[in-house]
Parts: sequence; structure tokens; C-alpha cells
Amino acid sequence: MNNMRTKTVLQNYLFILPAVLIFSIFYIYPFYKVFTLSLCQWDGIARFDFAKNFIGLRNFIELFQDKIWWGAMLQAGYITLIALTFQNALALGLALACDRDIKGGNIYRVIFYLPPVLSEVVVGLVWKWIYDGNYGLLNYWLQNIGLSNLVTDWLSNPNTALTCVAVIHCWKGFGWGFIILLAGLQTIPRQLYEAAKVDGASSWQMFKSVTLPLMAPVFILVSILTVLGTMQVFVLILSMTDGGPGYHTEVPVTRILASMVDSSRFGYACSQGIMFGAVLLAISFVQIKLSKYMKQA
Amino acid sequence: MKEWAKYKIERLLKNSVIHILLIIVSIGCLFPLLWMVGSSLKTQQTIFSDMSIFPKNPMWGNFYLAWTKGGFGMYFLNSLFYTVTVVSGIVIISSLAAFAFSRLKFPGKNIFFYMFLGAMMIPLPGSFVPLYVLMTKLHLVNTRIGYILCMINVGLSFSIYVLKTFFDKMPAELEDAARIDGCSRLGIWWNMALPLARPAIAVIVIFNSLNVWNEYIFATLIFSSKSLMPLQRGLMIFQGIHITEYSLLMAGMTITALPIILVYLIMQRHIIKGITAGVIVG
Repeated sequence: MNNMRTKTVLQNYLFILPAVLIFSIFYIYPFYKVFTLSLCQWDGIARFDFAKNFIGLRNFIELFQDKIWWGAMLQAGYITLIALTFQNALALGLALACDRDIKGGNIYRVIFYLPPVLSEVVVGLVWKWIYDGNYGLLNYWLQNIGLSNLVTDWLSNPNTALTCVAVIHCWKGFGWGFIILLAGLQTIPRQLYEAAKVDGASSWQMFKSVTLPLMAPVFILVSILTVLGTMQVFVLILSMTDGGPGYHTEVPVTRILASMVDSSRFGYACSQGIMFGAVLLAISFVQIKLSKYMKQA
Repeated sequence: MKEWAKYKIERLLKNSVIHILLIIVSIGCLFPLLWMVGSSLKTQQTIFSDMSIFPKNPMWGNFYLAWTKGGFGMYFLNSLFYTVTVVSGIVIISSLAAFAFSRLKFPGKNIFFYMFLGAMMIPLPGSFVPLYVLMTKLHLVNTRIGYILCMINVGLSFSIYVLKTFFDKMPAELEDAARIDGCSRLGIWWNMALPLARPAIAVIVIFNSLNVWNEYIFATLIFSSKSLMPLQRGLMIFQGIHITEYSLLMAGMTITALPIILVYLIMQRHIIKGITAGVIVG
């Protein structure tokens, strides 16, 4: 009997075995490896020997003084700031508009969610073509409506490149925020609005005292996910500017990639990954704390 | 009566303004895609001068050229192959595991489950660096199987979570009845759990298909032979080499985006539901 039970339990393990195996090899092992590699100097080609390649915390010390790295962090922060304000405001405005009983609401919903399902490579390359300095549609239009003084090589101009990338990131992302916010708005019971209307509340008063408080958890969720997602953006940048001109559109992940692929500094790349992961954790920690604090207030 | 008319006009005005705004944003969403398709139909000469959205003499032959000479036919088949294999792998592996986490008893069950959950919560940017090292060590670089396993792992945690929550809601009586009828645990999984979980599996299939089809970074790190590359990688290679052949590039991009757009339009209800579910999980 006991033998049978052991056999059953062992068979039960077989159900999770494939998942655990793949997960251990492709997630847990790299997770552990990122920490050991971050303490080493290694070009990715020579035989790796921990004792020989070990350099202590030197990668991290260098990283703290790496101006390009912190510049990349600031640039990701800039894109995030634009996404948090501009993109989310647009998403909220559209969600509020579609939450009313409006004709064709579903068509708008389908259209707004189209950019998020497209790949970053396609989106980046389409917009690169529109932004093109010589043959791009944007410059052509600007010339035609008499704003030729604005004409510039958008993605090669250090003053405009980062903002252009941020705008496209918002273009790709606002539909996602819109869907989540709309789903949140639709959970608010209609009776609350009707009761407020009977009491003579204006639209703004209804928004302030019904919509805002009930939507607070959704706002927090969307803002946390916007920050985490935008800070880690990089494929869009690879396809639009590849970090250029100079280092003006570099973000942390493109720096990690450059350390690994361009300069073959695998250890340094890992230390960048850890540093960036820690920053992300800290940001989400602060946001969660903040949201708890706001709930109490 | 006058009040009523005034109210109606006001409402009409308000709705029109809202519609106009929504339509402007919609055009903003659709226009770049139309421009992409339009550009793909211009010739190598007219693409730099013809600024009409849709050219008078559309060059449908560009698609043939992109498909054959541009290599997008090959990339397309590769993408299709990876999407199908990865998604089937994920469905089988994650449903087996989710079924065990929800229905079977074994020591350490919760620890294993929280391990998968934790992977969804902790951001690990740059994990592709050690992953690449590992792939080199295992001789999985520049192989199809390496990429497939890698992508299965990417979708695993989310899929296990979605399926487990679904299996948890399944009535236990059904399972007991099947067991009395002499069904093995594997039989219950295959004959009962999987068919019942169809809505949850639909979410997983859609979510992971989009993910695999649009994936870029692992495809870049793992593949060095063109014959193995999927579409996203192929696009970047093409624009690097044929820097001025914009019409063929746009044709390649249309080939890349069209299946996604079609699947999206057909399945939009499920996709939007799936994304909302995904966010609540995350």
C-alpha cells in the first residue's frame, strides 16, 4: 500500500516535470548566473573560470561612474514621464468618451487597440520612414502647410530624436491603457451616476466624486505597469534610432545589449542588468507604498 | 418643450464633438498603416516623390519580390513554424503542470507554484545575457529547438497561472465520476480538463501567439543563419542591407503585420478579454 502511494506521488511529479525542467534551465539558472557573472570580467569567448575571472565589485564601481549609463537611465525616465502623463491622459479621455452610450463605441475600441498588437519592429520602421529627413511624409506636410522652418531630420537631430521616440511609444501604448481604463469604468454601477444626477451634480462633480475614487486602484495599476513597461522599452529604439544620434536615445536595455554584443563585456552587462532590476524593484515598491498610503488617506 | 429641445441640441452637439475627437484619434491610429501599405505599392523611383497615399499604378509585384528575393517567404514560414510549435508546447506543458497544481497531491506543491508566480513578479532586465551564455554552452545557439525552448519558457508562468485558476473552479464531482469510471490521471487531464478549459486555453493561445510572432530580441541573439530567422529579425536584417529599397521593406512589413491584423480583427473580443486578464494577473 505504502509502495503504491509513493508511486502515485512520483507519478504526480511527472505532470510538473517538463515545466519545472524548462523553467530551471531557462529561468533559474540564468537568474543565478547573472549574479556570478556580474562579479567577473569575461569576454564571452574564452573558457569561463570563476576564480580567474573574478574581479569583485569593480563592475559596479565602474557602473556608478558610467555617464552614458546614467544618461540612458534619465532618457528612459523622460520617455516614462511622457507616457505617464500624455499617454495615460489620452487613454483616460478616450475611455471616458467611449464609456458613454456612444454609437460605434466598439469600432473605436478595435481601432485604438490595433497599434498595441503590432510588433515594435514594424511600428518603429513605419515611423522611421514617416520621420525621414529627406523623403519623409512629416517634412513633406510641414512644407506644404507653410511650416518649412520646422523641417528637420527628426530622428538624427539630438534635440528632437528622444521626444519623437517617446511620442511613438505613446502611439503604440495608449490603446492598451484605454482598454484597461474602459474595463475599469464599466464596473462602476450606473445607479451611482443617476443618483448624482438627481442630486444635481455637474459632470465635473460626478467625475470628481464618483469616477475618481472608484477608479483609484485601476489608475495605480495602469501607472505601475506603464512605468515598468516604458522603462524597459528598447526594441522600438533599436528599430528607430539604434540609440543615436550619439547616445541621445540610449536606454538601459540598449546599453546592456551594447555591453554584451558590441564590446563583449558580459560581466559588465550583467552588473547593468542587476542595477537596472534593482531600480525597477525600488520604483514599483515606492508606487505600491504610495498607493497604500493614498488608500488610507 | 423648449427646454427639451435645448437639451437635445446640447446633447447632439456634445456627442458630435466627442465623435470628431474619436475619429481624429482613429485616423491617427490607422494612417501609418495605410501609409505602409501604400508605400509598399510604389516603385523604387516613385516612392521618393509620389506622396499620394495610394499610388495610381500599384506595383503588386513588390510583394512577389519581397516574398522571393527579399526572403520574406522564408522568414514567414519560420515565424509560422515557431509560433505553432511554441504555442502547442506551452499549452501541453502548462496545462499538465496547472492540472497537477490544481488537482493532484504531492509534497512541495505550493513552493513550485510560487516559484512560477515569482518569475512573473520579479523584473530581470538583461537576463538575455546569461541565457545566451547558457545556450552557447548547450550548443543551442543558431538552432530552431533552442529558440523554441527559450520561447516556451517565456510564456510558461503566465499560462500556468491562468490555467490553474481555471482548473480550481472545475467541480470536483466531475473528476470523481471520471475516476470511478476508471480514468487515469492522465486520462482525466486529456479527456476532461483540457476540453473543459477551452476558454482559458483560447486566452493562452492568443496571448502567446502574439508574443511569439512579435518577438525580436531572442531571435536576434540566437540566430545567425538567415534560413532560421523569423520575420521580425528578417525585417531588421533587410533594412540594414537594402537601405534604400523602401518599397520592398514596406512590402515585407505588410507581410509581417497582415496576419496579426487579420487574426486580431477576427478574434478581437477574445484578445481584448485576454489582455485584460493578463493585466489583472500581472
